[in-house]
Amino acid sequence: MAKRIDVSGLNAYYGSFLAIEDISMTVEPRSVTAFIGPSGCGKSTFLRTLNRMHEVTPGGRVEGKVMLDDENLYGAGIDPVSVRREVGMVFQRPNPFPTMSVYDNVAAGLRLNGKYKKSELDDIVEKSLRGANLWNEVKDRLNKPGSGLSGGQQQRLCIARAIAVEPNVLLMDEPCSALDPISTLAIEDLIGELKERFTIVIVTHNMQQAARVSDRTAFFNLAAVGQPGKLIEIDDTERIFSNPSVQATEDYISGRFG
Amino acid sequence: MSHATLSPRRSSLRGATLPKWFAWAVAAGSVAAGLGISAAAGLESSIQWALIAAVLFVLGSYAVSAKVEGRRQAKDRTATSLVWVAFLLAVVPLASLMWETVKRGVKVLDGYFLTHSMGVVADTEPGGGIYHAILGTLEQVGLATVISVPVGVLTAIYLVEYGRGRLAKAVTFFVDVMTGIPSIVAGLFILSVWVLMLDMGPSGFAGSMALSILMIPVVVRSTEEMLKLVPNELREASLALGVPKWRTILKVVLPTSIGGITTGVMLAIARITGETAPVLLLVWVTNFINANPFQDPQASLPMYIYLQYQNSGGYGAAYDRAWAAALTLIAFIMILNMVARGIARWKAPKTGR
Ligand SMILES: Nc1ncnc2c1ncn2[C@@H]1O[C@H](COP(=O)(O)OP(=O)(O)O)[C@@H](O)[C@H]1O
Ligand SMILES: [Mg+2]
Repeated sequence: MAKRIDVSGLNAYYGSFLAIEDISMTVEPRSVTAFIGPSGCGKSTFLRTLNRMHEVTPGGRVEGKVMLDDENLYGAGIDPVSVRREVGMVFQRPNPFPTMSVYDNVAAGLRLNGKYKKSELDDIVEKSLRGANLWNEVKDRLNKPGSGLSGGQQQRLCIARAIAVEPNVLLMDEPCSALDPISTLAIEDLIGELKERFTIVIVTHNMQQAARVSDRTAFFNLAAVGQPGKLIEIDDTERIFSNPSVQATEDYISGRFG
Repeated sequence: MSHATLSPRRSSLRGATLPKWFAWAVAAGSVAAGLGISAAAGLESSIQWALIAAVLFVLGSYAVSAKVEGRRQAKDRTATSLVWVAFLLAVVPLASLMWETVKRGVKVLDGYFLTHSMGVVADTEPGGGIYHAILGTLEQVGLATVISVPVGVLTAIYLVEYGRGRLAKAVTFFVDVMTGIPSIVAGLFILSVWVLMLDMGPSGFAGSMALSILMIPVVVRSTEEMLKLVPNELREASLALGVPKWRTILKVVLPTSIGGITTGVMLAIARITGETAPVLLLVWVTNFINANPFQDPQASLPMYIYLQYQNSGGYGAAYDRAWAAALTLIAFIMILNMVARGIARWKAPKTGR
């Protein structure tokens, strides 16, 4: 059940430092939205405001509205823990739980949240691993440590872990930047499949990747170091890469800065 | 002309090197010279000739190496020999302590010794054993562990996972202060509260409380370090799955660090097992088996060693029993250490393929 994200007037702080300022955008369901922009412009920070992970950082604070369909994630009485079950996340470096087997890693989100029957879990684990294009590679080693897989496999394991809890939205923060080209390709293919079921937001430093996988692209920039990052424009990926409406976007994409 | 280069030429990358046995030769020479010098000068102590040999070894290897290999290699060798000398200085006393304890301890250490008390044996007579002392030590240390581990681990979890601001600073400060409390002061503190104010008698439990005061800061510190080693990414991965923080700590953070935490606890136990001062003040001692740690004096290994030695005058049955008890105590602590290492290895996050 993919959901639409509607952000308006969002500011995020680290202590008193305003990291991103006045961001408004809409992320369509069943689509891939890519965030691009120079380092430090607040892409990760913004991404983490979308599942209330920003406030996990000491001093992290958010102002503004993030609507998930018709519910404000920052509204009164909203439990951040439930938000994170709806909005899953994959991190830059693959981070499987080192004490757990492949199976337990995938089952972790479910097990840590409640009781499931063994047969139910088996089904979900297989389905998630298939969903992450990893099943064939690990079906004979489900009980081996997850940290024994290769980097690319580990990242797909993390994706399987994230989709096992059936979120509505999947956030990915540079999921391929620690991987080799082959693994990257595998993940990009996977993203193409996952967007049938999820709303996907991906941060990437790789322009070609953004062009390959995304339907919409958002360009972020910051005026200077120490200034807050801002959303410059968001548009269909084709337009952003062929004919952006802002000069800075064109400069960045053509490699004139950043 | 060009054929001249065919003859082997010394490479600029390869200098003259001394053979492998060089260091051993210098070491042997230094020991011989050290012995010779002490014999000539009439020095009796083996410490003196060892020190002379050590100095000769460091100087000798520098001098020879500087001549043959050059000054840079010579400095390198000096550093290496200093490390070796320091290592030997540290190991020799340790090894001789072990040797001495084992040599004197095995005389009376047997099954009978481990399973009998001193109930009907006079200090001067042979026989008797340390069953009552082992029992007392196990109970006192066990109770201290039962008190200290939950308090210490929870405190560390608070400090690492939740602690911000003044309260955390205050707790850290008090843990630091507690780390420095001498054991006799911990004993006096419990004595004043438990015995003098609450009017309780001596008991194993009173000693356990004092031992906990010594143990808690050690557990807090080591657990804190282990929790800090858990990468933040793992916590975030779990939180991002919609797992509440307390479950994240329980199911992800603690299992990842449990090996290190257990090792820390084991080492803390080893540290308090030999404590004598609080036991002397609070548990006293007895020659009889007292299995109840909550009432009446109990024996313990450190007190047993002390009393047997004191009553022996330096020889005889009591003297042998003191050494055998000392050997038992050391063996117990070494076993704890080894178990700790085993657990650390067994529980270490696995990376095998
Ligand atoms: N934990 C943090 N504490 C304080 N400042 C941070 C923290 N993380 C990021 N920042 C700051 O926030 C800004 C945006 O960072 P980030 O979102 O990581 O950028 P990006 O992902 O686009 O490279 C940067 O100026 C960075 O220094
Ligand atoms: Mg980033």
